[in-house]
Amino acid sequence: MVDVVTNTTNSSDESQATQANETTTLWQVDIFPVAGQPNRLSAEVLDNAKDLRVDESLEVIGAHGFLIQGPLTHQHLTRLTAELLVEPVVERCEFALVGSDSLAQPIGELTNLLHVLPLPGVTDPQAESALMAMRHLGFPVDVVRTFKKFWTSALSETDRNLLQSKILCNDSIEMIVVGKLELDELQLGQTYEFSKRDIPLADLSDEALMKISQDWTLSLSLIEMHTIRDHFESLGRAPTDIELESIAQTWSEHCSHKTLAGRISYRDENGERQFENMLKETIFSATMQIRSDLGENDWCVSVFKDNAGIVEFDDSYNIAFKVETHNRPSALEPYGGANTGIGGVIRDTLGTGLGAKPICNTDVFCFASPDTPYEELPPGVMHPRRIMKGVVSGVRDYGNRMGIPTVNGAVFFDERYVGNPLVFCGNVGLIPKEKSFKEVQPNDLIVSIGGKTGRDGIHGATFSSAELTESSDITSGGAVQIGNAITEKMLMDVLLIARDRELYSSVTDCGAGGYSSAVGEMGEELGAEVWLDRVPLKYDGLSYTEIWISEAQERMVFAIPESNWEQFEALCASESVVATVIGQFKPTGQLVLKFGDEVVGDVSMSMLHDGRPPIIREATYQPVESSDLPSFDFKTTEQWTTDLCKILASPNVASKHWIIRQYDHEVQGGSVIKPLVGVQNDGPGDAAVVRPILDSRRGLAVSCGMNPLYGDLDTYHMATSAIDEAIRNCVSVGADPTRIAILDNFCWGYTDRPETLGSLVRAAIACHDLSVVMQTPFISGKDSLHNEFSYTNDEGNRQTISIPSTLLISAMGQVPDVANCVTMDLKKAGNALFQIGVTGDHLGGSHWTLVNQISGGKVPTVLPERAKQTFIHLHDAIQKGLVRSCHDMSEGGLAVAVAEMAFAGGLGAQINTDSVGIEILPSEPESEIDLSYATAALLFAESNTRFVVEIEPENIDQFKTAMGDIDVQQLGMVISEPQLTIDVAHNTIIQSDLMTLKNAWLGTLDWK
Amino acid sequence: MPQPNVLILRAPGTNCDQETGYAFDLAGGNSSFVHINQLIESPGIIRDYQILCLPGGFSYGDDIAAGRILASQMQSRLADVLSEFHAAGKLILGICNGFQILIKSGFLLPSDDEGLPATLTWNDSGRFIDCWVNLKTDNERCVFLQNIEQMYLPIAHAEGKFVPRNEQVLNHLKTNHQLALSYCLADGSNDEVAYPHNPNGSTANVAGVCDTTGRIFGLMPHPERFIDPTHHPRWTREGNSAAGDGLALFQNAINFFND
Repeated sequence: MVDVVTNTTNSSDESQATQANETTTLWQVDIFPVAGQPNRLSAEVLDNAKDLRVDESLEVIGAHGFLIQGPLTHQHLTRLTAELLVEPVVERCEFALVGSDSLAQPIGELTNLLHVLPLPGVTDPQAESALMAMRHLGFPVDVVRTFKKFWTSALSETDRNLLQSKILCNDSIEMIVVGKLELDELQLGQTYEFSKRDIPLADLSDEALMKISQDWTLSLSLIEMHTIRDHFESLGRAPTDIELESIAQTWSEHCSHKTLAGRISYRDENGERQFENMLKETIFSATMQIRSDLGENDWCVSVFKDNAGIVEFDDSYNIAFKVETHNRPSALEPYGGANTGIGGVIRDTLGTGLGAKPICNTDVFCFASPDTPYEELPPGVMHPRRIMKGVVSGVRDYGNRMGIPTVNGAVFFDERYVGNPLVFCGNVGLIPKEKSFKEVQPNDLIVSIGGKTGRDGIHGATFSSAELTESSDITSGGAVQIGNAITEKMLMDVLLIARDRELYSSVTDCGAGGYSSAVGEMGEELGAEVWLDRVPLKYDGLSYTEIWISEAQERMVFAIPESNWEQFEALCASESVVATVIGQFKPTGQLVLKFGDEVVGDVSMSMLHDGRPPIIREATYQPVESSDLPSFDFKTTEQWTTDLCKILASPNVASKHWIIRQYDHEVQGGSVIKPLVGVQNDGPGDAAVVRPILDSRRGLAVSCGMNPLYGDLDTYHMATSAIDEAIRNCVSVGADPTRIAILDNFCWGYTDRPETLGSLVRAAIACHDLSVVMQTPFISGKDSLHNEFSYTNDEGNRQTISIPSTLLISAMGQVPDVANCVTMDLKKAGNALFQIGVTGDHLGGSHWTLVNQISGGKVPTVLPERAKQTFIHLHDAIQKGLVRSCHDMSEGGLAVAVAEMAFAGGLGAQINTDSVGIEILPSEPESEIDLSYATAALLFAESNTRFVVEIEPENIDQFKTAMGDIDVQQLGMVISEPQLTIDVAHNTIIQSDLMTLKNAWLGTLDWK
Repeated sequence: MPQPNVLILRAPGTNCDQETGYAFDLAGGNSSFVHINQLIESPGIIRDYQILCLPGGFSYGDDIAAGRILASQMQSRLADVLSEFHAAGKLILGICNGFQILIKSGFLLPSDDEGLPATLTWNDSGRFIDCWVNLKTDNERCVFLQNIEQMYLPIAHAEGKFVPRNEQVLNHLKTNHQLALSYCLADGSNDEVAYPHNPNGSTANVAGVCDTTGRIFGLMPHPERFIDPTHHPRWTREGNSAAGDGLALFQNAINFFND
């Protein structure tokens, strides 16, 4: 690297700048690491270039910087850089007026210069903070923008394109400038000239109506367009653009769940069933049944109505839980999509009741394999490795900055997520009992606080209800956003203080649909009048409709009694939070939208919320024909052991430490069981436990369950297996099974196809059935439909990839006293190991079949009553202190569970499965094929409701007594030698040292 | 002497304030949370306190660089009142982001002719990391580390790598017992401490630094995250200790006023 003296500019720039004094100037500051310090920007580019197999001789030098506009002199810049922008000791800078040649001098052989800037209007948190800090220090600065700058060696055209489009710049949020920057000024927006716009619908043909729906990204069906046309005809006028948009937002799949909460005619092998409201008659009704069964002991507080579900926690507090998806934005801009996904779900709990304090996050992702060859990617798709890196950093940067520990998660890989990855973000909040409900009062002011409104995120709600295609990144650019966590943190601080001072009567978040959904929902019972011209804007030029439906991040809407406004405003000002009155809730039953004195919209709340025509859908389920596994010869010990290593190394099972260590999982000071446990703090814990109230011993456990592979065989059993897995993870660490609440997140393909919808209805029925028996209530849920990716292949044929039917079950458990928590790592040589539960003929959809690339076999099922009793008895044994370690058996079955326990604890295990009962199979195999099959099942079947536990010898009898009628079989013992041995029917099947197993497990996702 | 009053300073993006206040209270202090806007408006309120603590978090998003904006705000608005506070024999503690602010504002290691003597910058990995580390003290000078030889605490940061301007600065700080806390191995040795034991690539394994009086102390690890036995990552296998290693640090601060 060429050594450049700090803060040099050439003399002509300096004279220019002096002349420019008092007039607006635009400066560029380039910041480099000093010699001897690593260049992180360059390293990241080279790392990604290696992934993309760009020419290995590529050399890059990166710099970051600021564009600063205002009546600024050279002296100003000298001070600004020294006092604020450039880190002492480790950085140096060069600055000059934008366009100066001094900023474009090649560095050695590196002659190719590129600048990457955020697109106008894209949130730029660094620039916002820098502007504020410069003004604090008294500098006359008007606008700041950040940029990145790269010098590269000469490249072939292909490599240059790869570098620009796949590595340096994501054109949905950034732009690239080749060569030096030539800009006159940084400016955004233009003057807005008000004009009210009517959209005549009367007399329009069906075709013309649908064209309006499509052109405006309204995602409204023809029947819906008819209903709207007829409604306004009866009023004798045309709708305005803002009225049409309001209806589209409120009726969108995202906001109203019209498919699943609609009429469905369902048919499967058991006959036909008609639903008036499918979700209500399956999942909600299960919860209602449980609450009525529990009677006085009902511990649910608020379910399926607020932004998150609420249950009781202790005498003073309740807890709220919500999990959302942010799939489509994450496909286009992984960092921003995940970032705003976690930001959005945090606002959900903040906007639950009168506001819950967020206490932990959970994040679950589905991607295609990070090893997918580039040649196999469909057009318009980002590589899964890049998506994963972006998503993880998005969650990390938002969650960590909010000061909310991210304690739980999972990642599932399947090639069908290639064009449509899934990003689930969840948040748990703690809420005082008396703050759990809210009610808008007549004449309350409508107050918006937090971020300003820009043109970002327009049509997110309606866009998220449509299918992705290879051109989605072009048509829906406006739906992609970047979050600013600090704006939300400041909002959260103010909200919690205002809540405790009882300054407002209701609150909700601005999510999909922006103000239109937030105000529309809050005013549903009363009516509201909104003054759109008062909304604070990021820049001029937004139309009244854009203001109304913008999904700009970090905003929440409050209903504030007029008498409290002054106090509320003062509180916000004391914490530098922007608060603005934007309207008033009026008991008129109408939603009135004004811009200045002009009424631009006037729709009845009943039209918005109840006017949607019912949709009747067909749903059919055809059971998948079961097929037997192909028969195979008995394997050698070496082959069986290789199978085990392959499963440990398969990405779903492999260690996620690369992700977990990037999340702050201990902030807030309540960490009890961390995501990684064991002698070297690196074993895979079943569930995390936190103590949300620092002077209390009561704990909260968070876990999840998901297995889309079972859904390929039967979505009913996929659903029950996911519920069983989520609960058993929670119970494994010590949660009370009678106090576990669960959430559903359905992510499905195109549900307008009867068979796709049928597979979903079947899963919902399963959720109902198991939930009722287990007395484990669903308290909230969310669905994301039409997750398919369409493109045209090389032969010119239209191809569609549907995601596998994916149901995520998230569980929130409670631990009476955290002192009784257990972890999964083996603790002491000489202790006995037991299997709880029975192994069945359940190799279908297993990871053993996955790594051996075979299909067939039976899907795991759940025996509801037996599962319930198993959990209750195991919890009893844990509460009595009889269990030293406990691990649930899931992907990879017994062999994987024992291997993980062993290497997490740094202790070996000697296992003999002779006493393990196996259902269905003959206990004395008659042929070698039977023996092969039985062995595979004993080791690798993924039958539900099973655990491995470690018991001290003196507690064995007590443990067996505590387990009552539940099947408990001794497996062997913990040994001090770092070896795992598993014998089946007098044959040694698995034999390996622990390091081999652990390295297989650690290596796959051990990214730099 | 009555309970020392602790001012926990909040700013946009501060996020370890509650648990840090709880740790001080558990140690016998009396914590209040004060927003930076309030302190700038009425700097005199600081005279009611004996201890000033800058807790962890991401002040102003750590935009520009970690702690940079709050550091420059304190430099320009609070320099006098903080000097007076320190001169009165009182204590200042910066944890994680608080350490970054103290070092970048020059309160901890004042600038000389060549500027600031040291800074905290990006971890060698280029990423945020949350893990537990072994720490060894040089408690000759540092009030907060009296009678503490070794600690096991979590770190959680992206910009914690200590970089002195040059070898002379480092040697001077070392000789002067200002390199109060360093990353070490479990047995306390710190000759060759590689990643992840030194999690960020800090020069000379430095994890915490005090000023020449020992009454201003900044550290990257989070003592407030180990004040309960169940905070320890291996408490389920190693059994309960009476309290966490971090509590002693807060007790030292409180006892400084009680002795």
